[in-house]
Amino acid sequence: MKLDSKIPAGRLEEKWRNYQLKSQLINPANKKKLNVIVVGSGLSGAGAASTLAELGYDVQCFCYQDSARRAHSVAAQGGINAAKNYQHDGDSVYRMFYDTLKGGDFRSREANVYRLAELSAPLIDHFVQQGVPFAREYGGVLVNRSFGGVQVQRTFYARGQTGQQLLLAAYSQLYKMIRAKKVKMFPRSEMMDLVVIDGKAKGIIVRDLVTGELKRYAADAVVLATGGYSRVFRLSTLAIGCNGSAIWKAHKRGAYFAAPSFTQIHPTALPQSSEAQSKLTLMSESLRNDGRIWVPSQKDDTRKANDIPEEERDYYLERRYPSFGNLAPRDIASRAAKERIDAGYGVGRLKNAVYLDFKHAIERLGLDTIKDRYGNLFNMYMKITGIDAYKEPMQISPAAHFSMGGLWVDYELMTTIPGLYAVGECNFSDHGANRLGANSLLQASVDGYFILPNTINNYLASTLQDQHADINHPAFDKVENEVSAHLQRIINVDGTKTVDHYHRELGKIMWNECAMSRNKVGLEDAINKIIKLKEEFWNDVKITGSVSGLNTELEKAYRLADFIEMGILMCADALQREESCGAHFREEYQTDEGEAVRVDDQYSFVSAWDYNNGDFKLFKEQLEFENVQPTVRSYK
Amino acid sequence: MKVTFKIWRQESPDAKGTFRAYQVDDLTEDMSFLEALDHLNELLVLKGEEVIAYEYDCREGICGQCGVFINGRAHGPHNNMTTCQLHMRSFKDGDTIVVEPWRAASFPIIKDLIVDRCAFDRIIEKGAYISAKTGTAPEANAIPIPKSVADAAMDTAACIGCGACVATCKNSSAALFTAAKINHLNKLPQGKAEQHQRVKEMTWQMHEEGFGSCTFTGACEVECPEEISITNIAEMNARFIKSKIFG
Repeated sequence: MKLDSKIPAGRLEEKWRNYQLKSQLINPANKKKLNVIVVGSGLSGAGAASTLAELGYDVQCFCYQDSARRAHSVAAQGGINAAKNYQHDGDSVYRMFYDTLKGGDFRSREANVYRLAELSAPLIDHFVQQGVPFAREYGGVLVNRSFGGVQVQRTFYARGQTGQQLLLAAYSQLYKMIRAKKVKMFPRSEMMDLVVIDGKAKGIIVRDLVTGELKRYAADAVVLATGGYSRVFRLSTLAIGCNGSAIWKAHKRGAYFAAPSFTQIHPTALPQSSEAQSKLTLMSESLRNDGRIWVPSQKDDTRKANDIPEEERDYYLERRYPSFGNLAPRDIASRAAKERIDAGYGVGRLKNAVYLDFKHAIERLGLDTIKDRYGNLFNMYMKITGIDAYKEPMQISPAAHFSMGGLWVDYELMTTIPGLYAVGECNFSDHGANRLGANSLLQASVDGYFILPNTINNYLASTLQDQHADINHPAFDKVENEVSAHLQRIINVDGTKTVDHYHRELGKIMWNECAMSRNKVGLEDAINKIIKLKEEFWNDVKITGSVSGLNTELEKAYRLADFIEMGILMCADALQREESCGAHFREEYQTDEGEAVRVDDQYSFVSAWDYNNGDFKLFKEQLEFENVQPTVRSYK
Repeated sequence: MKVTFKIWRQESPDAKGTFRAYQVDDLTEDMSFLEALDHLNELLVLKGEEVIAYEYDCREGICGQCGVFINGRAHGPHNNMTTCQLHMRSFKDGDTIVVEPWRAASFPIIKDLIVDRCAFDRIIEKGAYISAKTGTAPEANAIPIPKSVADAAMDTAACIGCGACVATCKNSSAALFTAAKINHLNKLPQGKAEQHQRVKEMTWQMHEEGFGSCTFTGACEVECPEEISITNIAEMNARFIKSKIFG
């Protein structure tokens, strides 16, 4: 299959406008006859569901949590970027476009990235209108701060709870449309599979997580807004329920999976402290605005942080990357931390952390300013670790975080299955091989609020003459039976090991071989190990309870079964890409100083994988750079 | 460390529930409370027993999905903290830890420690929004909002919707939850157009759902993970009276 990205003609600045001028319209009387399924109620899902409903479509929205307000967008802390140039520091749409493209190490589409930057300013207007209490100056105008990989101040924030505030705004707007009876909300409902009829996405099979019942829902188009898949590493900054099952099921039904190995390791999370740990708590990147990262300059230094004199501290980011310093992008900051930790300079009980120190910031700005900027993060740190970070430095460590990879989508955010869209983190669209901080909330929102509602009509207009899908169609019978058999099969294994056991094993393999640093031998080995793990899982997993009723172990099990398969594809993708770019660092491709070496003449493409009955087949979408010449990505 | 969990088990909304005791021997102090329950569940699976159902998602104190009564207090022994932020170092070796679901008629039990908090969503549905469509927004800096106003709005907008305020209140009142949302939006210039209708309809829905009235005991603000002040309830009441006069 030839991948057509459908990039509109014209100059970069005119592409989105040209697209809108030419896309098909649907009159209001017809819109209300069309219905759309949205799976996921985070920023992209709730944004899409509410906006599509405002436009007149009938929407059915599903989430696995007890309420739409729990979606993991809620946990994004630091902020959202927009090219408003409110700080008068030389920012512009073009500069934001360039920073994002460079931040992604030139592995994303120019046109998509430009559109992201272009729509960022109106998005801030939108959220202010919806009542988001962004931080303000005394005079009443909006404040900005900096994030990694950028030299201007373009990040808007609401304390350390920006994601929460944006999500709650989206949730409110969603409930406004629920009240208007244009959206029907299904909480505690998990998509189990996609129904494709005559090559088009026409519905989903959903499991009611309370009764265990399988239910069928039909629609004229299906939108996946199901977030990231970094829980494949088990220990991650994601919510425990985050999973990749919806996109994996769509992949198995024919949607190509793009760049699965591009997953970001965040440099500032709390370190793992025990084997039983279920989650690594994120400490916002915004802390790097004022905090300085260091390790002792002697190996195995056992002194307390405050007892180590200034001249015996190694501020390694400032040393290696003088122009960006502590605000080096995430992939680079994470690798630099790993390098120090692996070399024996790590701190903390398990020697797996580095210090993030606010001593100088407090001396310079005063305690009150630091409290005002980051108070809730310091409180959170106190609650979890019992340590007062105003008095001694935080201990932080890299953790699995965002997945840049996801379902391959074209400029319209449509996957390779007609009528199936992917928005937000679950698609691969804008971030290339590494996402810049504060661009995640932005992409989720822009996809859901602005892009999808302007592109879905182009497809739906062509379906007006089609018959609406019927849940009694044989395709629904077939898929529901398959889901039912799959669940029963898991229960029937009745082995001797828990689901968590297998998840820990998968996590270890993925973290060792397919995280911050990868190599050929390790990846090949990882694939073999995961294939073996898959076999063990299906022969020896144990779940109690049954398929009916509320069964949290069963939920964990079927999500993990998909993660195991996805792990294989992630490693296969990392293996084929013989270069280092962004978060994908292949040890064989580095300079003497340990910096990444990109191989543009061979790998300037987006990998897009066809499931092909488990025998994954690679397709390549060549990236064309017409406006920017890819250069060596330097933050020195 | 070794502890005994006494946990409420209830098969379904209508079934009769009961406490059951589980002794767990191999916990460590740096485990979170939920990780200790995860561990207990793994032991139960290996013994062939059905796992205990409890809720969580983000495990960093922001999504609001976790929340149980621990030793008679919402979210456990500390003030202003979520269940997922509680660690075993807060307990002593040999302790018995009693774990119950939120007890409030408006939060019916679904299974074991899981309750249904959809009543909160229905309160939100009655006006916790600004009726403006996507695509209609004016320039963000067109309306200056003083820092003090934005900060005060943020203080209440921070509510995570966990329901601890209801669970801890002897009247099962949702006044703090409802007030937090009303005050967030009604403080901001964007929310003014619908302020009177908002306060009337959201408070009406609060009563419709069967939540009790507030008698200002202050229990809610002690447990609220976001430290939302009880003065918000007074402010909501003032706004309610204002809406009767001006609405």
